[in-house]
Amino acid sequence: MTTLAHSTDQPARVAAGLLDPRMLLTSLPDSVRKLDPRVMMRNPVMFVVEIGAVFSTCTAVTHPSVFAWSVVVWLWLTVLFANLAEAVAEGRGKAQAATLRRAKTETTAHRVVSPATDGVAAVTEDVMASDLRLGDVVVVVAGQVIPGDGDIVEGIASVDESAITGESAPVIRESGGDRSSVTGGTRVLSDRVLVQITARPGESFIDRMIALVEGASRQKTPNEIALNILLASLTIVFVATTATLQPFAIYSGSPQSVVVLVALLVCLIPTTIGALLSAIGIAGMDRLVQHNVLAMSGRAVEAAGDVNTLLLDKTGTITLGNRQAAVFIPVPGVEIGRLAGAAQLSSLADETPEGRSIVVLAESSYGVPAGSRVGSDAVFVPFTAQTRMSGVDLPDRQIRKGAAASVGTWVREQGGAAGPELSRTVDEISTSGGTPLVVAESVDGVARALGVIHLKDVVKPGMAARFAQMRLMGIRTVMITGDNPLTAQAIAQEAGLDDFLAEATPEDKMALIKKEQEGGRLVAMTGDGTNDAPALAQADVGVAMNSGTSAAKEAGNMVDLDSDPTKLIEIVEICKQLLITRGALTTFSIANDVAKYFAIIPAMFVGVFPSLQRLNVMHLDSPESAILSAVIFNALIIIGLIPLALRGVRYTPSSAGAMLRRNLAIYGLGGIVAPFVGIKLLDLVVSRIPGIS
Amino acid sequence: MNDTTAGLLQAGVLVAALALCYRPLGSYLTRVLTSERDLRVERAMYRVVGVDPRSDQRWQTYAASLLAFSGVGVLALYALQRTQSHLPLSLGFGNVDPALAFNTAVSFVTNTNWQAYSGESTMGHVVQMSGLAVQNFISAAVGICVAVALIRGFVRSRTDRLGNFWVDLVRIIVRVLLPLSVLAAIALILMGAVQNFSGGEHLTTLAGQHQTITGGPVASQEAIKELGTNGGGFYNANSAHPFENPTPLSNILEIFLLLLIPVALTRTFGEMVEDKRQGYAVLAVMTTLWASLVVAVTTFEVHHSGTALQAAGAAMEGKETRFGEWSSALFAVSTTGTSTGAVNSFHSSYTGLGGGALLFNMGLGEVAPGGTGSGLYGILVLAIMAVFVAGLMVGRTPEYLRKKITAREIKLVSLYILAMPMIVLTGTGIAMAFPGPRSSMLNHGPHGLSEVLYAFMSAANNNGSAFAGLSANTSFFNVALGIAMLLGRFVPMVLVLALGGAFARQQRIPETPGTLPTHGPLFVGLLTGVTIIVAGLTFFPVLALGPFAEGL
Repeated sequence: MTTLAHSTDQPARVAAGLLDPRMLLTSLPDSVRKLDPRVMMRNPVMFVVEIGAVFSTCTAVTHPSVFAWSVVVWLWLTVLFANLAEAVAEGRGKAQAATLRRAKTETTAHRVVSPATDGVAAVTEDVMASDLRLGDVVVVVAGQVIPGDGDIVEGIASVDESAITGESAPVIRESGGDRSSVTGGTRVLSDRVLVQITARPGESFIDRMIALVEGASRQKTPNEIALNILLASLTIVFVATTATLQPFAIYSGSPQSVVVLVALLVCLIPTTIGALLSAIGIAGMDRLVQHNVLAMSGRAVEAAGDVNTLLLDKTGTITLGNRQAAVFIPVPGVEIGRLAGAAQLSSLADETPEGRSIVVLAESSYGVPAGSRVGSDAVFVPFTAQTRMSGVDLPDRQIRKGAAASVGTWVREQGGAAGPELSRTVDEISTSGGTPLVVAESVDGVARALGVIHLKDVVKPGMAARFAQMRLMGIRTVMITGDNPLTAQAIAQEAGLDDFLAEATPEDKMALIKKEQEGGRLVAMTGDGTNDAPALAQADVGVAMNSGTSAAKEAGNMVDLDSDPTKLIEIVEICKQLLITRGALTTFSIANDVAKYFAIIPAMFVGVFPSLQRLNVMHLDSPESAILSAVIFNALIIIGLIPLALRGVRYTPSSAGAMLRRNLAIYGLGGIVAPFVGIKLLDLVVSRIPGIS
Repeated sequence: MNDTTAGLLQAGVLVAALALCYRPLGSYLTRVLTSERDLRVERAMYRVVGVDPRSDQRWQTYAASLLAFSGVGVLALYALQRTQSHLPLSLGFGNVDPALAFNTAVSFVTNTNWQAYSGESTMGHVVQMSGLAVQNFISAAVGICVAVALIRGFVRSRTDRLGNFWVDLVRIIVRVLLPLSVLAAIALILMGAVQNFSGGEHLTTLAGQHQTITGGPVASQEAIKELGTNGGGFYNANSAHPFENPTPLSNILEIFLLLLIPVALTRTFGEMVEDKRQGYAVLAVMTTLWASLVVAVTTFEVHHSGTALQAAGAAMEGKETRFGEWSSALFAVSTTGTSTGAVNSFHSSYTGLGGGALLFNMGLGEVAPGGTGSGLYGILVLAIMAVFVAGLMVGRTPEYLRKKITAREIKLVSLYILAMPMIVLTGTGIAMAFPGPRSSMLNHGPHGLSEVLYAFMSAANNNGSAFAGLSANTSFFNVALGIAMLLGRFVPMVLVLALGGAFARQQRIPETPGTLPTHGPLFVGLLTGVTIIVAGLTFFPVLALGPFAEGL
């Protein structure tokens, strides 16, 4: 899980994937409560074990022996261990739910009765948060808790969302745009906002989150249902195998006791995976929550594992938020130091990331110390939409930087001329996907162009490697950007994406999703704006940013509380890991049966057919110790695998073939070999119990 | 030439001949099953029965047509046997007893060809030719129909149509089975098999005994008996009888015939799903299983451990000296692996473990390489199950041949895999629990259990071979095995058609590097392992009490 490690160190969260041994103890009462047959019935495999345990208990009462009672005790422990696995998984969710509930204390809301008009202050009334209705508008000022989910309709505020995200740094929320949604239970730290309520009480985000982590609303996912069917049918086969064995045994002159037959049955049916299946599911959802992702349905989780196409927004996901200066290109006859100096001077007052990057580049690459040559008489000319230039007026010269056309005009007005080399450089930078900024100076009323600053998108480090991994897993990555096709292509190539959608409108995005789905592909995307909502709803996996609008959060089937678009890649990995864990433990469980047969069958019939001793390849001590050892192994392996079920099996992105080879070797072959060793070791101990050997 | 060289040479010739026919026959079958054109004789048949050859059926209609047609087949065959005494060429045989007639009718319609009677002393020529031989063609074709419908389910997208049962049936019989069996029959006649309408030669033997030697249309029935993986012999001794299988050469030809269509169908499968590697993978699994069992049984027989056999010097009891241990083992594994049930030696006389291996071969579910069509759909169902578990292990909703395996498909696959073992185990369990059926056993101890287990294994898997040593012509066994054959044939078929329907409704999804590759050695190994483990886990206990207890 090395790829997933970075966001697990959130405060106020249960550490992901680790099993605290104390959890076993605290979950014990829950697991005893789950012995209720009405609860057990939901898990057919373990229900069969429980029925078997009841029958053998009756037999042990009527025909007591050390062997019979030992088997009975371990049969009950098998059931108990299965319940324990589920209880531990649920317990971790409950701890999180408790944290969330604390945020959900009842608050008083200030509901707007009549809005403010022309200097008349708004009239508000105090109501309980639980009495708020859809569409109500409430006032929240600094220090107050937001009473319910909604959108800010007026104002801007910094909000502490640590209650739900675990992130202590406050976030900015403002009306209009894509950062207008607020969550009930979070606290306004500054300013005053009007919030329009968009969720009914009891259906708020926090309510859904609590239900989710507690597992109360957990529904079996499609693959889990399919796996359950397979496990149930395997159970039926083994019930038939065991039940029909008795007539054959009687015919062979060696009728078997109920205890032995139940022991055989319990060892054969897939108890390992049957016991851990629901724990794996709960833990998988939990792992998503640890990564601050809320999946609204199990279906979405599995769809994420199956995704064929990832639509990734360029800004923030693939590139750092802003363009940065990469290189200065002077026109012939101008020395580079002069260009760098001029570029830096013109940008000293430019607080945009682009401006700052120019200052940094001049300093780091061209040795121009920042702020060295600016006196108090410098007048900075800010950027305006009309001039499309910014710059600085010094006593002896004026410097301007900006779009090629605007600066060119400025130069011509000042009696200078922009040479053909300049326009060639500008075109080259545009063609390569960068943004050219022309720098010019005017000395004594005569202007000349000095050169060009090449601004370009900076691809986040490590992205190319991640996309290569995605490709290995058969996932196509598509970049969505508003840039022109040339720029888009350059970035897509640099970042190693498979495809791009340039000058994308929401309609284009929607059309792309539909086209991919036509071909049978599953599409995942992230979005935050209201205009993303239709596409989020159409995509098979739509991850809405928590900072986004309510409409977007409503439309998606997952919400990322960290509002980190890169998270999509991790989501896919976590969901795949969930499926792999299920498959691996199923394989392990079935493979285990081989060894158990070699332990139990010779033990049952070696009395009548001494030649069957040859099947006792483990050389187990006695029939009783062989059977008991198999039953104990069967029970202990459940406890032993609980940590793996909760943590998930190790997952490294690779091709399906490579992954299958690895997992088959570990869980298939390992599943065949492990019980031979385990049962033999147990037999060495068990055979020393008086009354067994 | 010693036995080993001869045995290896025979196996080599057999494999080479199959390899030679693999491509032409497989591709021919593809053309037959996908062609838009009807032959004139076919058009005439469709007109007579009122079928529109261009109409496609839903899986339910396809299954209903198949069941109705087979039902009529059972009734007709039952009626023929019950009225035999009034038919011409009855050779003086009377009407067949109701329980036996039911058993036999079911047996031939289900491609099982379990025979609780002796052909030469029970069935006249009319019943043999217009009853049994007709069903030999039909039941073989029906199996192929079901396999093709399943393949169409994989290939088609977003439709509820799986093809037309009547068209598939007619084409397979007219264009494939009839021409091939004519060729095979001629070859068999040339090799010495009999073909006449003789009412029987009455002879006095050297010892002064009277004996009737029955002739009949043997070669023609023999051809389709092997080609259609039927196995119902004209004579009680089946392919051990010199009139049916006169020479070692005809022996090889018969083994070749019974493997021919099941093997070639994997090519058809690969071509129809437009990925020949898929066909090769399935064939590789079948071949691995078949070859391993041939090696195992041959080894057990040639080593013939056990005091009596060691004293005799060879495990030749129940085997023809014409064929010897090697050819007998080759035939036995091929016949139990193709659900044919023809025998050239008596499986009951095999060594304990050798007989156990034959039992296990059927227990695999008849997939090595299985009956005509049934072998292919059997292995495909196992492949779906293997892909399901393995697919989860690569972190995706499992998919096979570009179709997803969801709860609905797994439900059908699970029921399919449940069906056969349930029939075998409950049937054998009931038989062993009551003294009546137990009295049919001619042996006691583990061998007796093997006999009864073999009977139900053979019936439920529609194999039809017998372990012998069991007096199966009793009301209990006739009815119980009849039911086992019916359930073992049609429950899986309906499930497979439903599976085809479920897959056809899905859209085909694109293949990516993240898709589990279902060709190549890894998958072949996986599918082979799953097939062995599924059968092994189910039958290990009862095999331990039968063959293992006897042979270890």
